[in-house]
Amino acid sequence: MPDISQLLALLPTMQQVVYGGLATVVAVSALFTVLAPNLFHSALGLVATLFGIAGIYVMLEAEFLAVSQILVYVGAISTLITFAIMLTRGMMFGRTAATNRQMLASILIASLFFLGTLGVVTHVEWPMVGAPLGDGEALIAKLGELFVTVYILPFIMMALLLLVALAGAILLARDDRA
Amino acid sequence: MVPLGWYLSLAAFVFACGLYAALARRNAIAVLIGIELMLNSVNINLLAFWRYSDTVDQLAGQVFAIFVIAIAAAEAAVGLALIISVYRSRNTVNLDELDILKG
Repeated sequence: MPDISQLLALLPTMQQVVYGGLATVVAVSALFTVLAPNLFHSALGLVATLFGIAGIYVMLEAEFLAVSQILVYVGAISTLITFAIMLTRGMMFGRTAATNRQMLASILIASLFFLGTLGVVTHVEWPMVGAPLGDGEALIAKLGELFVTVYILPFIMMALLLLVALAGAILLARDDRA
Repeated sequence: MVPLGWYLSLAAFVFACGLYAALARRNAIAVLIGIELMLNSVNINLLAFWRYSDTVDQLAGQVFAIFVIAIAAAEAAVGLALIISVYRSRNTVNLDELDILKG
């Protein structure tokens, strides 16, 4: 007769149940995003996926990243994508096939990649518990400090890249006939 | 806590979805959506490995994830501007119809 505490140890913890729910949301909406024939549905599925991934970041105790994810991806990038869909209207109603002739080969490549990675991931003994984290506010302060000390050069290059990308995007999208 | 392998499996699945969209979708915007999914799955991996590493107070994973987000934003802006520019001149965003460089 097994001990009741041994049986309880087999049950998933609260965190694992929450993770399972979030992972299901992310996986289902990612699948919906890439399979939906209507492009606008794809964009909506992308928003759901990005929200779920922000939840995954919270579970990984990276709250700053979760908030950045919602601001940058859900706020800005999905708006950009929706605008692009609206501006190239006529493409979004599925009047042509959604996929090209490489579809079967692509399914094969993607599932082989997934199964291969899954095989590697399940055969390695990963750590079960991360090191304890300090105070959240102190971590975010440390993050800001790292950006102006250790990572100062990549940080400035990033600012330059964003400036060039912004100017380039305006130049590319400008209507020359006007 | 949740085992590290669970996060890696989820990231692999999201990456495979994005890979399929980038390879098989005809619309250029759908391809960009697939690329965004792949970048996000890489971010999940970076943060998961950071959280379960021994040097968790060095925050390297979070720093790299922020760089990935910034580069993804720049890539999305330039990519969508290119798509709008192509739509103006060729009146299509279907990638298999954009073949003027084909000999």
